[in-house]
Parts: sequence; C-alpha cells; structure tokens
Amino acid sequence: MSYEALRHFADSWGLLFLGIIFLTMIGWTFRPGSGRKHEEAAHMIFEEDHEDG
Amino acid sequence: MDTLLLKAGGWLAIVFFAFIAMVLAADAGFAVHMAIIALAAGIALWVTINKADYAAIGRGILKAPADPGIYDDDPIRWGVIATIFWGIAGFLVGLIIALQLAFPILNLNFEYTTFGRLRPLHTSAVIFAFGGNALIATSYYVVQRTCRARLAFPGLARFVFWGYQLFIVLAATGYLMGVTQSKEYAEPEWYVDLWLTIVWLCYAAVFIGTIVRRSEPHIYVANWFYLSFILTIAMLHVVNGLSMPVSLLGSKSYAAFAGVQDALTQWWYGHNAVGFFLTAGFLAMMYYFVPKQAERPVYSYRLSIIHFWSLIFLYIWAGPHHLHYTALPDWAQTLGMVFSVVLWMPSWGGMINGLMTLNGAWDKIRTDPIIRMMVLALAFYGMSTFEGPMMSIKAVNSLSHYTDWTIGHVHSGALGWNGMITFACLYYLVPRLWGKERLYSLRMVNWHFWLATLGIVLYAASMWVAGIMQGLMWREYGDDGYLVYAFSEVVSAMLPMYLIRAAGGLLYLAGAIVLVYNVWMTIAGKQREEKPMTETPYDEAADKPIVGKPAIEPAE
Repeated sequence: MSYEALRHFADSWGLLFLGIIFLTMIGWTFRPGSGRKHEEAAHMIFEEDHEDG
Repeated sequence: MDTLLLKAGGWLAIVFFAFIAMVLAADAGFAVHMAIIALAAGIALWVTINKADYAAIGRGILKAPADPGIYDDDPIRWGVIATIFWGIAGFLVGLIIALQLAFPILNLNFEYTTFGRLRPLHTSAVIFAFGGNALIATSYYVVQRTCRARLAFPGLARFVFWGYQLFIVLAATGYLMGVTQSKEYAEPEWYVDLWLTIVWLCYAAVFIGTIVRRSEPHIYVANWFYLSFILTIAMLHVVNGLSMPVSLLGSKSYAAFAGVQDALTQWWYGHNAVGFFLTAGFLAMMYYFVPKQAERPVYSYRLSIIHFWSLIFLYIWAGPHHLHYTALPDWAQTLGMVFSVVLWMPSWGGMINGLMTLNGAWDKIRTDPIIRMMVLALAFYGMSTFEGPMMSIKAVNSLSHYTDWTIGHVHSGALGWNGMITFACLYYLVPRLWGKERLYSLRMVNWHFWLATLGIVLYAASMWVAGIMQGLMWREYGDDGYLVYAFSEVVSAMLPMYLIRAAGGLLYLAGAIVLVYNVWMTIAGKQREEKPMTETPYDEAADKPIVGKPAIEPAE
C-alpha cells in the first residue's frame, strides 16, 4: 500500500471505523439499566471481605 | 530436582554467554553491561542452588508480615521500597543538574558528570524507575483486590520486579557511559530495549492472567487504565525501539527510521509515554486509591468509563504537537494540535470525577493529609492538562517551544500530579502492607505535603517566567532588523530563575526525605506521639442549660 493510499484510507474509512467504535463505547454506558450496574461497580471496592490489611 | 537443575543450568549458561560477550565486546560500554548481566545471572544462580529460603530472609530484612496466603503482597512490598529508593535518587540527580545549569562548574569537567549524561539519568530515574516501580507495585495490589484473586504467576511476578530493576541499572549505567540511542525518554540501546520487552511481556502476562482468574465478574475501571497502560507501552516501546545494531557484540545501533519519520515516531512514542505511562497508569491509581482513602465511591462510574475511552481514542494522535514548525507536514501538525486541544475535555472530566469523589466529605482535606495530597495531585492534573493543550496551539508554541516553559509544564505534571498521587498511594499502602495500625506520623505527611507544594510552586513559577522571558528575548528584533539579544545574553538573564528552580527542587527532595523517615519508622513498628490533625471541639463552659435567668414568663 502506498503512502497516499494509506493516508486516504486513514482519513475516510479508518476515521469512520474508529469513530463508530468510539461512539458505541460511549453510547454503551448510557444503555437502559446501566445506572444500577455502575452503582454496583463503583461500590465493589468497599465490599466487606475485600480488606485484608 | 530436574527443574532445579534446569534452572541452575540456564542461569549458568547466561553467566557464561554474558562473560564471553564481555570479553569479545566491541566497546567498553557493552563490556560493562555484559559484566553487570553476568553478575546478575550469577546472583540468580546462587539463589537458585542455595537451599536458604530467601523469601523468608527478605521478609525478615523488610520486617514484612508472613505470607497469610490471602494476597501475594511480597513483590508489592519490594516495589514500594524500590519506588522510594529510585525516587530519592531521581530527585537528587534532578537537583544536581538544576544546579549545574546555574553553576556550570558543577559539571566537574568530567565526561561522566556532564549535564548531557546526567539529564537522561534524571528523567529515566523519575519516570521509569520511580514512576514505573510505583505503577507495577500498585497494579499488583489493585488487580488482586479488585479481582479477588491472587497474582496469576507468582514466579513471573517476581521476575518482573527484578528484571525491571536490572533494566533500570543497565539504562542508568549506560547513560553515564554515553551509551544512548538519542531518543528522548527511550535512550537505552537495542539490547536493553530487548530485555525490557521481555520483562514487559511477562508483566502483561501476570496482569492479564490475574484478570482472567478473577472471581469478581466485573473488571473495575482502575484495571482498564492499568491494562491500557501495559498494552500501549508495549506497542510504543517496540515500534520506537526498532533499530539495527552495528554489531551483535557492540552497543551502537541505528534507528529503523530516518529524518522526519524518525522524529514523528519518536514523538508518537514520547507523547504517548506521557499519555499512557504518566497519565493512564496514574489515573488507575487515582480511580482505586482516592475512593478508598475517601471511603466513598467514585463520583460517577459512567464518567470514568467515558474518561477512559476518550483518553484512549484522543491521546494517540496528539504527538505531532512536539514538532510544530518543523519538516513534518502541516496537516499532521494541525492534527496534533486539534487532538491536543480536544484532549482537554476528557482530562478535566477525569479531574472533576476525582475531585467530586470527595463531595460531601470535603472536610477530609482539613483532617486527612493523604486526601490533601490526592486533591493537590488532581488539581495539578487539571492544571497541566489545561496548560498542555494551550501550549500545543501553534501560535502559543511559537513562543513556548524550546524554552524553559516546557520544562515548567512537564514538572507541574510530574511533580504535582505523578509525584503527589504516588506519595499519597505510598502512605496508603505502607501501613496496610506491613500490617500496622497506622503511619508513624500523620503530621509528617503534612510536612511532606507543604514542602513538596512549596517546591512545585517555586519550580513552576520560575520556569514560566524563565520560559516566557527566553521566548520573548529570542524573537526580539531591533529597528534595523537584527536580533537584539545574543544567545549568551539570554542564558545569563536566566540565572535568578535557575536558582529559584533549584530551591524548589531542594524543597521537593526535602519532602521526599521526610517520607523516607516516616515510612522507615512505620515499617519499624513505631508510632509518633503527636497532636492529632483534628480535635473534637468541646467547650465545657457552654455545655449546660442556661440558669440564673428567669424562665420565659407567660404573656399577661
């Protein structure tokens, strides 16, 4: 693949591909019911038998 | 018995080959390094064949509690000690080179002690030795606690620790001898690079293996940051380190890239080392230790995930801002600038997430000096991630580039963010790892906090003044179209700022020495008699019913 071809791929399909992955990852955190899951995940480091000294 | 024989034979073979390589070496630096490797393998051989229980002896020296079989904490304890040791070494060399800039006579007219040789020693010691050991130790700690599993490969975890120390020793001795591939923050030559690659892949295996063996279904967000740090550093290190050695028995090599491609690869590596080593890795520490110390969950878990993905997707493109107004194509420079400016948002999202974790418990800043350090670290994370995007704007960069403003920026991030969050984590870890009720002294943590803070303020402020003055003097034209100042005039104008900077460095080092004493005494099992940081206010005189006054009389 030549430099030119690679560069055009990068600023068209490559950009679109990465953009979609990024938006999916961000969008995923807003799915219904995620709030409760996040709440649980945020608290998991405080569960009782975690501490061992 | 067979495995013992195999292991011992392997170490012996390494001693043997390293010795041959030393004898046949093409240059002195390579010979010294092979001697160090032979010595290290010899020590490993001795430990392997000797019947003594070195793990127990080590625990005795470090006064560590016996392994309770819950979590594998020995390599973490070693990592804590190594972090502190290399930190002091790195800060000290930093102070020395700061003084060399003010007083050139301190170069001692001796090739091994010149600024050019000591500077990479300082940068690598603080970033890779101090920061790297802190990252490895805390990642071992956090991954075990959040996955509720012991380290996957205990032997490999120990190899990673010792292998990483060997890498540091080879790198540091190489710099002093002038063995360098001249790539910033990636100075070690090809064979040291290869060794680091092996150690790093083992580190990845230990970390990923532990995650795979987890008994907690969810992978806590701190582990995401650690994992991205480990994987990205592996990729950056391998690509940037691609080179062809002149001889398999010599230290010299040539990079696989040339010209502007080499420059871009270097800064793709360099800036992402900042992004994934000094940012993502330390954010992992932040997302575990700040909630733990504050005893409340992170402000928004969703924001932490958005922070993660935004950082990953944006940081990797920001490197070209180190090459403004160079031979790099203009579009690439603009790309680097735009991504740097956009990066401001996730950075501040993360800072706000960390700070707001204290929401409802702000009084802890007054009563808990460890929280105070964490808050200062986050404040400096915010400040330097605002300053960085601003400096990446081409118009600003035309003034700031190549001046001491850049040095000031780096140090507000490194001393303020990386240093302070690391100190806070060390203070959190030491009593827990050594099974002590509390630190030797909280008031000394407070002393450390103020010494370090004052040091950073002197450092950053003097470098702003120095950098902007330098930039303005360099570009000053007279009426006749000639530059007004000679370079030497700019240099001599810097002396007061260099002295203030060295004073700042001295204060920062002094704070770290207070940490050494505090940690030493904590491990020794002592507790300092001291006034507590906060007291329960009680006024006996006021604590009684009002007497002697007539009760309220009913209205007539």
